[in-house]
Amino acid sequence: MDLLDIRNLTIEMDGPHGRVRVLDKVSLQLKEGEVHSLVGESGSGKSLLAKAVIGVLNPLWDVTADRLWWNGKDLLAMTPKQRRAITGRDMAMIFQDPLAYLDPNSTVAEQITEAIPAGDVTGTFMHRRIDRKTRVAQLLHRVGIRDHDAIMQSYPYELSEGVAQKVSIAIAIAHRPKLLIADEPTTAMEPSTKDQIQRLLGKLAVSQNMSVLLITQDVASILPATQRVSLLYCGQMMEHGDTETILNRPAHPYTDAMIKMSLQAHAELEPKSKLPSLPGAVPTLRHMPIGCRLGPRCPYAQKQCVKAPLVRHREEQSYYCHFPLNEPES
Amino acid sequence: MSHLLEAVDLFKTFRPRRAWPWSKKSVALEPTSFTLEAGQTLAIMGETGSGKSTLSKIIAGVEASTGGELYLNGQKLNYAQSKRRCQNIRMVFQDSDKSLNQQLTVGQQLEEPLLFNRDMPSSERKQLINSTLRKVGLLAEHAAFYPHMLSTGQKQRVAIARAIILDPQIVVADEALVALDPSVRAQIINLMLDLQKDMGISYIIVTHSPQIVKHIADKILILYRGKMIAFNETERLLTEKQQPYIEALLHEHLTNHSQITGNSSAKVTE
Repeated sequence: MDLLDIRNLTIEMDGPHGRVRVLDKVSLQLKEGEVHSLVGESGSGKSLLAKAVIGVLNPLWDVTADRLWWNGKDLLAMTPKQRRAITGRDMAMIFQDPLAYLDPNSTVAEQITEAIPAGDVTGTFMHRRIDRKTRVAQLLHRVGIRDHDAIMQSYPYELSEGVAQKVSIAIAIAHRPKLLIADEPTTAMEPSTKDQIQRLLGKLAVSQNMSVLLITQDVASILPATQRVSLLYCGQMMEHGDTETILNRPAHPYTDAMIKMSLQAHAELEPKSKLPSLPGAVPTLRHMPIGCRLGPRCPYAQKQCVKAPLVRHREEQSYYCHFPLNEPES
Repeated sequence: MSHLLEAVDLFKTFRPRRAWPWSKKSVALEPTSFTLEAGQTLAIMGETGSGKSTLSKIIAGVEASTGGELYLNGQKLNYAQSKRRCQNIRMVFQDSDKSLNQQLTVGQQLEEPLLFNRDMPSSERKQLINSTLRKVGLLAEHAAFYPHMLSTGQKQRVAIARAIILDPQIVVADEALVALDPSVRAQIINLMLDLQKDMGISYIIVTHSPQIVKHIADKILILYRGKMIAFNETERLLTEKQQPYIEALLHEHLTNHSQITGNSSAKVTE
């Protein structure tokens, strides 16, 4: 059974110019221990999807779904209290800017201690204290920080970007969650730190048997350990499937463009030549195109594209397009 | 023959706050010398805190250097010569949301540098604004828009338009390409390359992305903790053997290169 099963999730909100559908029938399945990357440009609704899973959306927005199941239980049918219990126990999230996320007023040790579940430490007061301290040191070691004594006593402003992100990961895994949602954890980082954090996340997913839902902007920054990829554009799912298949034989024009626009692809082009890019810009909420929302920017678009395509399957991948690329020869 | 821009032993030190007059100063930038030719692109690379932003700010005149000289077209450029500097060296910032004035229309913002630096009647100014907007891929109508009505990519285009409206020789871009979406980033890079071809602008680009540097830079300057450890043509830096630090900086993309070409079997590398 899937750990997380989302079918046709739709989120609607009331804007100043009428009702907008910010997430349009998005489906996503996540197995236990799987690393899943969610790729999309800004404004594509990838953070909204994560927030809908965690349950921290604005209560005035309409969240409807055929299915929003966690381990076979329907999250949408629960009372807020039941839902909080599940979210708090089984899910964790890390964010783009760790220095904004960490509390500037308390030390790293205090913050990680807070995240350790109360049931984990037993005994007398002193026993619990010592236990907690060793647990904090263990957690720091687990995220690759060796000099735990110095880091434990420091305040967030004393940490470098990479170490701060590692501390926020340590806080996230303190209660052994089943799902870690990483919301653009490496976007603003420099390459060497980015590499470290990516490797750490991949390693943790394997060693803790934890699912990771990684949200990124660029196809180039998906984890090396990613098993499945989904691409979102303007709140619509474009394509999802096996990483290798998607990167080698993309069916959707958007996937194809994203791969060509990634930084890796730039390195192989002739210096100073024109880079491939989609024309135009991501539409704003007021001016969402009808049908397939990629339509106006898509080089292969035709008349049919004013109707939203239904999902189609091809071996290891599913895509939403009338005119798929890389069709196998029959 | 004189170079377009020549820096001779530029350096910058700060006195730490609450320090004795005789206590040691912290060095942000050790003496750095480099040259830039017309129509070429120089990339400044380095880790956080290596002094690359300090160097770009000294060139653009945001900060004064503690010592050393800067020559523009063979003539010495002092810190106080802001009029000459701002006509020839312009800057584009990382966050176009913050660098554009939210209370002025795009047209008013583009007009400001003209009001201060050019003696033109308003009809000519309007014409120049129109043609500059069209040069960066916007419409003349965008002059009446406020920045909040534009998308991120369009805002970055306005910032570039403001930089090129005085027909400068050098544009300094401080991390201007980092925070953009992939498609917008590719569009902006294309635009910058086009402008370089048409107007012969030289760029000084501060970035830590080796792929972008490889694509657009003619020369690379690498800083490490305020010290210049390499300054050479891109091709030579890439082909010849270098120190491990430089190799790591330039060939970072090779580490997870295999996933894009699809040879990986989804394994964890560590």
